[in-house]
Amino acid sequence: MDEIFGIPAPLLFGQLLLGLINGAFYAMLSLGLAVIFGLLNIINFTHGSQFMMGAFVAWMLLAWAGLGYWWALLLAPLIVGATGVIIERLMISRLYKLDHLYGLLLTFGIGLMIEGVFRNEFGSSGLPYRIPNELQGAWDLGFMFMPIYRGWVVVFALACCLATWLVIEKTRLGAYLRAATENAALVQAFGVNVPRMITLTYGAGVALAALAGVLAAPIYSVNPQMGTNLIIIVFAVVVIGGMGSILGSVITGFGLGIVEGMTKVFWPEASSTVIFVIMAIVLLTRPAGLFGRA
Amino acid sequence: MASETTAGAIPAGAHEGHGIWGFTKAQLTALALLVAFLAIGPFFLYPVFLMKLLCFALFACAFNLLIGYVGLLSFGHAAYFGMGGYIAGHAAKVWGLTPEVAVIAGALVAGFQGWIFGWIAIRRQGIYFAMITLALAQMIYFLCVQAPFTGGEDGIQAIPRGNLFGSISLANDMAMYWFVAGVFLCGFLMIHRIIHSPYGQVLKAIRENEPRATSLGYRTDDYKLVAFILSATLAGVAGATKSLVFGIATLTDVHWSMSGEVVLMTLVGGLGTVFGPVVGAAVIVTMQNYLAEMGAWVTVIQGGIFVAVVLAFRRGVVGEIGNLFRVKL
Repeated sequence: MDEIFGIPAPLLFGQLLLGLINGAFYAMLSLGLAVIFGLLNIINFTHGSQFMMGAFVAWMLLAWAGLGYWWALLLAPLIVGATGVIIERLMISRLYKLDHLYGLLLTFGIGLMIEGVFRNEFGSSGLPYRIPNELQGAWDLGFMFMPIYRGWVVVFALACCLATWLVIEKTRLGAYLRAATENAALVQAFGVNVPRMITLTYGAGVALAALAGVLAAPIYSVNPQMGTNLIIIVFAVVVIGGMGSILGSVITGFGLGIVEGMTKVFWPEASSTVIFVIMAIVLLTRPAGLFGRA
Repeated sequence: MASETTAGAIPAGAHEGHGIWGFTKAQLTALALLVAFLAIGPFFLYPVFLMKLLCFALFACAFNLLIGYVGLLSFGHAAYFGMGGYIAGHAAKVWGLTPEVAVIAGALVAGFQGWIFGWIAIRRQGIYFAMITLALAQMIYFLCVQAPFTGGEDGIQAIPRGNLFGSISLANDMAMYWFVAGVFLCGFLMIHRIIHSPYGQVLKAIRENEPRATSLGYRTDDYKLVAFILSATLAGVAGATKSLVFGIATLTDVHWSMSGEVVLMTLVGGLGTVFGPVVGAAVIVTMQNYLAEMGAWVTVIQGGIFVAVVLAFRRGVVGEIGNLFRVKL
């Protein structure tokens, strides 16, 4: 099996893997957006900047504190999540009584500020982040060489999505969360501290974005624009999947990553626009999204 | 969103548009001030700066037609602005068309694009509408990076201003200024006319309560689509004019940050006010002019203004002034 549809097999599988990795980031980011949207009813435009912050915090931990990748995987989501909690308490919480569009505008403004500060501090050229020693090298799978780190990203992202699904669907905390998504006032009447839950949910969604940022740091160069370009595609992913179901977000994220990767093989010029075209087609046929509730 | 702003912006005693051509007395005064400023502005301010300001003011007015009067937040208006600029630039440079025809060509293509995108986007409302318009605009951005006629990273350069109607040269900045001022005033009055027509009243009804407008027998999707096309067309006019003024059309004008800027201008000036977008554009363009050498801090300041306006200042400059004097501006 040297060639498939006239395409050399290593190229095809290489792009498939790249697609899976992009899909992993789409899935993790759209999952965070969906969790935040479910409870707060805002679209978190800062999400891209928080993804970027995750990568930068990983870089800073290594450069300034000598803490490596594994520490970053633990600490970066906590640090960025904490900034998210502060943002929610100080600013976003003032907007819940207003039209949801104000939340979009506010988080867009916060995202601009964060991106601007990082651009001032680090320039826009990008900083390198080394793959940790344990994950260096590649496996020979027979039909292709697979860099271990890339395989790790896909597996770890899947595990994160699965863990999020378990927490929301199978635990008591998740049950409160789902109940509050349906009717916050009623849940509060039962004695659950809903405002605190909202704050922590925002923090958790942000932490998920930061975690994706740490995963992305060794693959892409760490630069201030890495989040915004990604987040617009993730918006399209969210529109395609609908924000109703967690598994829907994950499947849509990975699926679109693969579609994008395959487009790079068969029609490279269209690879940057294919997700937007799919979005348009989905809107014309199933306006609520593939997994959305009408 | 709009209902919240306008409920505060229209004080109880204000009379709704019965003056001359639908303008209230206060609006007529403001219009007179605006025309006077247009007439004497170029004699004490740099004309190129004023032209830039007017292009962005028209862009913001076109955007405000959607957000302020239909309640639709489009986060992808750069697509129409930038495409208008590219088409006008191509028409003037490669086809050698006269400036007014180039602007019309840019406007028509932007309007056609608005027709397609509006048709797709109005299937969803609120936050989804904003995300869809943003995603579609990003698609246009990527197409412009690749398409041969846009010149990719270089853009279209050395676009000639040409001769208006084939006879009046616009190479001189003052001549160009009068052309731009004329285009701006036509666009501004056209938007005012649209808002105060029976069609505009239906738009406002949709903004306030769409299910009720539907129950009264209005096909609200058709009304929204026409508003979207008009808004995109006028944004195209603004972009086309800007590319003729500066002689270049680049990727900056189709980038998402341009979509964000026009939202900011309209928000600062006051959503749903007639003069707000003009004032907002003046504030933001002036600020960019003075802070140009500060690099990325401009982005930080713009983000800060966004946050401040949303948290504390939702009526915008003109909305606050109108509220202070209890008039509708």
